[in-house]
Amino acid sequence: MELLKVDNINVYYGSIHAIKGVSFTVNEGEIVTLIGANGAGKSTILNTISGLLRSRTGAIEFLGKPIGHVPPHKIVSMGLAQCPEGRRVFLQMTVQENLEMGAYTQPGGGVTADLESVFEKFPRLKERRRQVAGTLSGGEQQMLAMGRAMMSHPKLVMLDEPSMGLAPLLVEQIFDIIRELHAAGTTILLVEQNASMALEVADRAYVLETGRITMSGTGREMAESPAVKAAYLGG
Amino acid sequence: MKRLSVKRGTVANYATYIGVTIAFVVLFLLQQQGALSNSLEGQLIPICCYVVMAVSLNLTVGILGELSLGHAGFMSVGAFAGIIAAQSLQASIPLAPVRLAVAMVIGAICAAIAGFLVGVPVLRLRGDYLAIVTLAFGEIIKELINCLLVGYDENGLHIAFNIRGTTTMSALGLSDNGIEIIKGAQGAVVTKIASFPAGFILILITLFVVLNLIRSRSGRAIMALRDNRIAAESVGIPITKYKLMAFIVSAALAGAAGTLYGLNYATLVSSRFDFNTSILVLVFVVLGGLGNIWGSIIAAAALTILPEALRSFADYRMLVYAIVLILVMLATNNPTLRAFFGRIRSTLGRKSEKEAADHE
Repeated sequence: MELLKVDNINVYYGSIHAIKGVSFTVNEGEIVTLIGANGAGKSTILNTISGLLRSRTGAIEFLGKPIGHVPPHKIVSMGLAQCPEGRRVFLQMTVQENLEMGAYTQPGGGVTADLESVFEKFPRLKERRRQVAGTLSGGEQQMLAMGRAMMSHPKLVMLDEPSMGLAPLLVEQIFDIIRELHAAGTTILLVEQNASMALEVADRAYVLETGRITMSGTGREMAESPAVKAAYLGG
Repeated sequence: MKRLSVKRGTVANYATYIGVTIAFVVLFLLQQQGALSNSLEGQLIPICCYVVMAVSLNLTVGILGELSLGHAGFMSVGAFAGIIAAQSLQASIPLAPVRLAVAMVIGAICAAIAGFLVGVPVLRLRGDYLAIVTLAFGEIIKELINCLLVGYDENGLHIAFNIRGTTTMSALGLSDNGIEIIKGAQGAVVTKIASFPAGFILILITLFVVLNLIRSRSGRAIMALRDNRIAAESVGIPITKYKLMAFIVSAALAGAAGTLYGLNYATLVSSRFDFNTSILVLVFVVLGGLGNIWGSIIAAAALTILPEALRSFADYRMLVYAIVLILVMLATNNPTLRAFFGRIRSTLGRKSEKEAADHE
């Protein structure tokens, strides 16, 4: 079943045409990745889906409903969570408070159970639940941002460069978590510069170049494609 | 564990209410005994007003994290709206305290409306731009009221704008037993009905509103916005709604403070609420600590008394005032002192936490 359908979107920053007629779909239960270099428009696409930016044309459908004109906070409560780029956590709040903020759109009551399930996936966060988020390491903050996104019971999670600025060992850990989330039934739209890791976990992949999708296929096809190898995987 | 931390916060809130109440009772008794100096007695009501101004501005600057330089503008709107209400209702509500309360509510509502009108466009801006627009707002309000002519008679309110400087009060066409309320640049004529107990009640209401807002779900959302706007958006917080909420509440409280302030003087001109007043209140907030409600209260009270207490320095008064400000700023930023206060706070915190745990 199609969970998310992006159809011919064009996004501008002022007069700069950043996204040029991009279309793609995410089916239920998949990990789909958008890979591309800096400035290709990956984050712009995610921000357009989550309602922070608007497309001038086309349509975005989530669960069969158009969301192109729905305000961002309502999109979250529809079950589409974004984990923004650069580990955006609430630095002055504790780990637990950060997670509770993630349940902001949820009716009260189930929060304690949700907290426990996040702590189960991220035991590291449980150890530090009383600690202020600003004192966490980069990897822990990324886990916290991902855990927070999970608190809203999303049907689809959009992860914006979760490996950014992390040590290789931590990148491995983050991708292990992505696999676990996927195994637990969450659909994931993953935006990455680390193409080799992303293609390894992805069911399908789209390659983005200067605002256009230039290639698409299964994760393996892309990983084996000579063009992708040359451009993103270092030959 | 969760409930424990809530209790610790509540203990701090009660301490704030109790502290303010004790200060009021002591000052009120001294006032009744005639033991206060004239200058201090005359300052009791302005102190109340400035405390409310500081706490309400702290909501915008400290909690919401947006720099507003036009807080005096809202005070001004509240003051003149409140004066118009109080003066026109003299006949229908003879009881002064009731009239004062009604006037403060009207002042607060008018300031809230002003806050909404300014907030809708302004809160789309960020940082410096927002500061500049709020500054401009404060100045515009000042000039507008400078041109405003208001009178009241049995036919109701008469309002005129003296835009060219040629319109006089006679243009209002008041009947013989009408009263002139606002006379443009000459200011408003006021029957003084403000009282120290009313100021105390206003402070309590302000604390109740602000402390409860901070501790509510909305308050959390507002602080999340301040900490990280993008993250707040990504967890589904409606940004505009909460920014506007904090801004309007802050404006309404400033309006009520303005009414109280205005009704404490026989005449009032709009230039009383100028840029300097906005900055003065901002100084209270910054000196008391951003987001620190107690700090705002103490800073507002101390810095309102200080210039009067320094009268003996005569011409050097403002120089000494400035030096004291700088010294306090340096002292509060001194790492040794901060560590010292931090230790005291953590000891107190542990104690109240232990008490809260004992209660369970």
